[in-house]
Amino acid sequence: MDQYTTHTGVGVPLKRSDIDTDQIIPAVYLKRISRSGFEDGLFANWRKDPEFILNSEVYKNGTVLVAGPDFGTGSSREHAVWALQDYGFKVVISSRFGDIFRGNSGKAGLLAAQVDEKVVQKLWDYLDHTPGGQITVDLETQTVTAGDSLKESFEIDPHTRTRLLNGLDDISLTLSHDAEIVSYEASRPAWKPTTL
Amino acid sequence: MGQTLAEKVWNEHVVRSAPGEPDLLYIDLHLIHELSSAQAFDGLRAAGRTVRRPELTLATEDHNVPTLAWDEPISDPVSRTQVETLRNNAAEFGLRLHPLGDVDQGIVHVIGPQLGLTQPGMTIVCGDSHTATHGAFGAIAFGIGTSEVEHVLATQALPQAKPRTLAVTVHGSLSTGVSAKDLILHLISKVGTSGGQGYIVEYRGQAIRELSMEGRMTICNMSIEWGAKAGLIGPDETTFAYIKDKPEAPTGAVWDAAVAHWETLVTDEDAVFDKEIVLDAAEVTPFVTWGTNPGQGAPLSAAVPDPADFEDEQDRAAAEKALDYMGLAAGTPLRNIKVDTVFIGSCTNGRIEDLRAAAAVLRGRKVAGDTRLLVVPGSFRVRLQAQEEGLDKVFIDAGAEWRGAGCSMCTAVNPDSLRPGERSASTSNRNFEGRQGAGSRTHLVSPQVAAATAVRGTLASPADLEPSFI
Repeated sequence: MDQYTTHTGVGVPLKRSDIDTDQIIPAVYLKRISRSGFEDGLFANWRKDPEFILNSEVYKNGTVLVAGPDFGTGSSREHAVWALQDYGFKVVISSRFGDIFRGNSGKAGLLAAQVDEKVVQKLWDYLDHTPGGQITVDLETQTVTAGDSLKESFEIDPHTRTRLLNGLDDISLTLSHDAEIVSYEASRPAWKPTTL
Repeated sequence: MGQTLAEKVWNEHVVRSAPGEPDLLYIDLHLIHELSSAQAFDGLRAAGRTVRRPELTLATEDHNVPTLAWDEPISDPVSRTQVETLRNNAAEFGLRLHPLGDVDQGIVHVIGPQLGLTQPGMTIVCGDSHTATHGAFGAIAFGIGTSEVEHVLATQALPQAKPRTLAVTVHGSLSTGVSAKDLILHLISKVGTSGGQGYIVEYRGQAIRELSMEGRMTICNMSIEWGAKAGLIGPDETTFAYIKDKPEAPTGAVWDAAVAHWETLVTDEDAVFDKEIVLDAAEVTPFVTWGTNPGQGAPLSAAVPDPADFEDEQDRAAAEKALDYMGLAAGTPLRNIKVDTVFIGSCTNGRIEDLRAAAAVLRGRKVAGDTRLLVVPGSFRVRLQAQEEGLDKVFIDAGAEWRGAGCSMCTAVNPDSLRPGERSASTSNRNFEGRQGAGSRTHLVSPQVAAATAVRGTLASPADLEPSFI
C-alpha cells in the first residue's frame, strides 16, 4: 500500500446525515469483478439530479469530502471506498463513520478523518464562503486546515494511522505472526466444525 | 469480576495481544459469496498466497442468483460472470461451494445455521454486514470488507480492536401477534442507527429467551442497522435443540463435549457491561418504518410523523428528506399507506418459521387485486421444507409468486427489483433510498404484517383483516 502523509485538495460539502453505502454506490454497480472502475457508481442515483453537488463545475475535481454524521453506514461493501477513490477522493471527513466503512477505508488507503460535529460545520461554512476552497489533511500531525484561520485536529485509530503513514500491508503483518497462529491452531478443540 | 458472554468468546480466540495493537483473532468459520469475494481471490493470486484453511471456509451463491428459472444459465451476463468467477475460485482453491441448483444453496446466513456449521462460541465472518445473524447461537459474528476477506483467506485470522459491551435486556413477554422483527424495529427507532456503534451487543431477558432460534436470528441480523459490531444471545436448550442432528453438528461423545463447553458460554452474574439498555416487551406492537433508514419507524397504529416535531435539527432535516423521497405526507395514518409490492424473504425473515407465520395469515385469503406478493425462501432447503408442509400451496392459492432461494429483492442485485416510485412492504432489513431498485420506496415490516398488507393492499397487521373461516 502507498504511504500516506498529507493531502491538499478541493473540499466538497455533502450536507446530509446517514449517508449509507447504498447511496455511496448502489448494489447494481457491485457486479464488477475487477478492483477498479467503480467511479460511475459513486452516488449514482444522486448524480442523476443536475443540482447534486458533484455535478457542479466547482466541485468536479474535489478530493476531500466533508459529510454529515453517520457516513458509510449499512452494507459492508468495500466498493463504497473504491468508488470514492476511483472518483478521485483521498479523504472523507465526518463526525461519525459506519464501523465497517471506516475499517475498509483504512485497509484500502482512503483516509477517514473523524472530527467533532462543530468542525464539520466550520468546514461547511468555509466552503460556503469559498466554493472550490482547498482543505489540507495532515496525517502526521492529525490536523485539518483550511483558509487562513481554520485548523482543527481529527481522530483516527493509532494502528490505522501507523499503517497508512508507513504503507504497511496488513496481511504481511499478520503473517509475520505465523508461529502464534500455528500454536493457536494446535489448541483448537476437536469439536469445532469443518466444511470439508 | 466475571466476564460477559462476548468477552469469553473473544478471549477464547485471541491469537496474539500486544499493547497499542488490535488483538489478532482466530476465525472459526469464513463464509463467502460471489458479490464481495472476487477481488479478494485476485489479491491472493497477485501476492502468491493461498487459502490457509479451506476446511474452515464455505461458499454459496446468493446475491446475484435469479429466483425464477434457476436451473438455466443466468441470463444477465454481468451476474453470470460474477457467479462463474466464484465457481472458478472455489475450484482453484479447493473450497466447498453450494452453487445455484444445489439443494444446500441459499442465503449465506440461512445455510450456515441450517447445515449446523454455526455453533455457540465460534468466531464467524463474512463479506456481508448481516453476518451478526449467526450471533443468535452465541457466536461472535460480524461483517467484513473485501480486503478483510482476503486477509482471512490468507491467514485465518483478523486484527480487530476489542469492542465495548452493551446489554439489551427485554423484560416480560411479547404480546400475541408481535414478533422478533417488531421488537428489533422498535429498539432501533428508540436508539437510532448509530446507537450501538463500537459495541458488541448481548440481547437478553425473558422476551429473548422465549424466542425461537429463527426469531433470535432476526434480532441479531439487524444489529448492524443500529451500528453495532455484532449482536449475540447466550446459548441455551433452545439453541442446542436446534443444532442437534443438523448435518454438520457434532455427534456422540463429541456432542457431549461441545455442549459441556457451550453451557459455560453465559454472562457471569457479576459481569459488568459498558452500557445497558432496558426494554419492556409489553410496549412492543406491530412496527413499521416510514423513512429511509431503519431507525425511522413507528407503531403501525401511528401516523407519519411531522418533521417539525423532531427536536434535533439533523433528525428534522433527515425526516423531511425521507418523507419527500417516500412520497408521504405528515399525519397520514400508516395503515392508509398503499403498497404495490410485498416481499417476504431475506436473511432477516426468510426462514421456515417466517414462511409459516406468513402462510398462517394468508391461508384462505387472497392478495389484493393490485398488489404483488413475492415469497422468496432464504434457502433451497427452506423451500423444500415449506413445500413439504404445503405452505407453497397456501401462497400460490392466495395469488403470491413462489420463488427460488436467494437475497432477491432485499438487495435487488438479481432481476427482482422495484420500479422507480414503486412502494413495498418488505421483511428485509434496509429501507435505504434505492435499496430495492433506483427510486424504490421501502417499508420494513414483519412477515405477519407483510402477509396482512398483501391481503389489504395497505400497511396492516393480521388483526386488521376480516376473519378467515378456513
